[in-house]
Amino acid sequence: MVYSHTPIGEAMSNDAPGAATSGRVTDFEKAEASEPFQRLKKTHRSFVFPLGVAFLVWYFAYVLLADYAHEFMATPVIGNVNVGLLFGLGQFVTTFAITTWYVSFANRRLDPLADEIRSDLTATGHASRSDR
Amino acid sequence: MNGGVIAAAATETTSVGEPLLNIGIFAAFVAITLVVVLRASRNNKTAADYYAAGRSFTGPQNGTAIAGDYLSAASFLGICGAIAVNGYDGFLYSIGFLVAWLVALLFVAELMRNTGKFTMADVLSFRLKQRPVRLAAATTTLAVCFFYLLAQMAGAGGLVSLLLGIDQALGQSIVVAVVGALMILYVLVGGMKGTTWVQIIKAALLIVGAFIMTVWVLAIYGFNLSTLLGAAAEKGGEAVLSPGLQYGLTDLSRLDFVSLALALVLGTAGLPHVLMRFYTVPTAREARRSVVWAIWLIGVFYLFTLVLGYGAGALIGKETILAAPGGVNSAAPLLAFELGGPLLLGLISAVAFATILAVVAGLTITAATSFAHDVYASVVKKGKAEPGTEVRVARITVVVIGIVAIIGGIGVQGQNVAFLVALAFAVAASANLPTILYSLYWKRFNTRGALWSMYGGLGSAVLLIVFSPVVSGAETSIFKEVDFSLYPLSNPGIVSIPLGFLLGFLGTVTSRTLENPAVAAEMDVRSLTGYGAEEAEKH
Repeated sequence: MVYSHTPIGEAMSNDAPGAATSGRVTDFEKAEASEPFQRLKKTHRSFVFPLGVAFLVWYFAYVLLADYAHEFMATPVIGNVNVGLLFGLGQFVTTFAITTWYVSFANRRLDPLADEIRSDLTATGHASRSDR
Repeated sequence: MNGGVIAAAATETTSVGEPLLNIGIFAAFVAITLVVVLRASRNNKTAADYYAAGRSFTGPQNGTAIAGDYLSAASFLGICGAIAVNGYDGFLYSIGFLVAWLVALLFVAELMRNTGKFTMADVLSFRLKQRPVRLAAATTTLAVCFFYLLAQMAGAGGLVSLLLGIDQALGQSIVVAVVGALMILYVLVGGMKGTTWVQIIKAALLIVGAFIMTVWVLAIYGFNLSTLLGAAAEKGGEAVLSPGLQYGLTDLSRLDFVSLALALVLGTAGLPHVLMRFYTVPTAREARRSVVWAIWLIGVFYLFTLVLGYGAGALIGKETILAAPGGVNSAAPLLAFELGGPLLLGLISAVAFATILAVVAGLTITAATSFAHDVYASVVKKGKAEPGTEVRVARITVVVIGIVAIIGGIGVQGQNVAFLVALAFAVAASANLPTILYSLYWKRFNTRGALWSMYGGLGSAVLLIVFSPVVSGAETSIFKEVDFSLYPLSNPGIVSIPLGFLLGFLGTVTSRTLENPAVAAEMDVRSLTGYGAEEAEKH
């Protein structure tokens, strides 16, 4: 646990044994400014923000169609299956697809970078303790 | 057996099936889960054990528990019934509930897991002023849990009259008290670990039960969705196949649906009992897997409810469902009876009860954790609580909340409290989500912004409900005789959610306070990398 220079360590303390502070010091501002971290942050945000906007737009387009375009949604397509039902099932399909896409992206692009930064921080954290 | 016979049976005994069989199957569920809870509770020593199950669950386990937490009786009985009676509009409801999980997956789950410890307030107060922000977050947490809890307890009473044939107020009150007492026992003894196992078992039963019924219904119609839809349309009219039956009546009801859709899709990622589940897994990666499992289970379940709802509409019919005790909620149990007789009805009834029990338990442990960890340990004791007292306070809180839930549940019997779930989602979306997103993604966000957003979102959502037709002035209102309604919609989301986001922004830009940049950097780094995140307890 690395709380030493923050007020959080004190306020978040409780009776969990894992919460004991180790007295290590980590320079988070330096870590935040580092190139790998900035790359991680950019990779994460440039994936989740556009995707988030896209699925919300698609969801609200669907909601507004269902709410205000009854005739259109009632158009039959195959047998008794109409446009509205296909669009509704389409929401399920896109939700499952986005989930799968995000997981594969996170496993490939985000996790290796995060693991690397975390192990670097763990190493320097130990170093600064031995300095003192 | 046809719908007419069921209706006749229903009017004679006010219930279908065999109440004793229903009670027997439910008792078996209680016995099995109690054994599991007792076994799981042997390692409940520390706060991390009690609140977060020692962070020892795997992603798939936690994902199943999330589905168990999320698929409440309202989801199962309510959505099946809504589709059976109102057709497509019931289906619309379930889509909002599902798509909402993408907000949790993409923006919230992993970052929350990396930054916090036990509660939503851990994350919100990380880089802001501890005591005011924690207090505000605990207030909104307790408010959401209370609204949701009351709705579940009211649902329990309605279910009793339908499934056990008890329709006197005294009998219903006794059953509500028994449900409440069982829930207290589970949460007190089992903590988060026990609660999670109850939810896993319940989710498995619910999904398997719904799956069997779905295959059964599809088999009747030759595994052809179009034939099923045709049968539903023949019995209930063409209108059930397209949107508009429930929400399309007037301009106001359409706007109300937009408001509801907004609250549904943005509320889930701000529900405290959902957020708390992310702390029961060891890493952010497992939190991600949890959400993926939850999305698949919940999504598949809602596809089942589509078949079950139209199946109930086709096989039983709207009039019979509405005439049965329990009204709309009786569609799924009536369908179970139609398909598999008393035994399947007993199983489905037991699952419905288990559902209420598990959801209530999850809400209770969330509220108790928030009170003990945020209000007692951090605000009252200023982070200097004696070791062990925090968990003791949490256990006392569980009993208090349990008693409040029992009294509240008895008090609201017979009231139309469906709006309470919508209110819980609206508060979660307008008071919690803006602050969660701002504090994770906007570096400048500060204490005033958080306080304005949380209190403003909570206050506006509750006020709008009080001055809505839900409370006064309409035929379905709680107070029918007086009319002090000023806000025309029954869902506050369309006003209170943008207001919550706006207040968070205004509070931040009008405050000259700069929060500690070192802590902001720490939160930024920890949230994305998981460095220094709480690890699993080792026993």
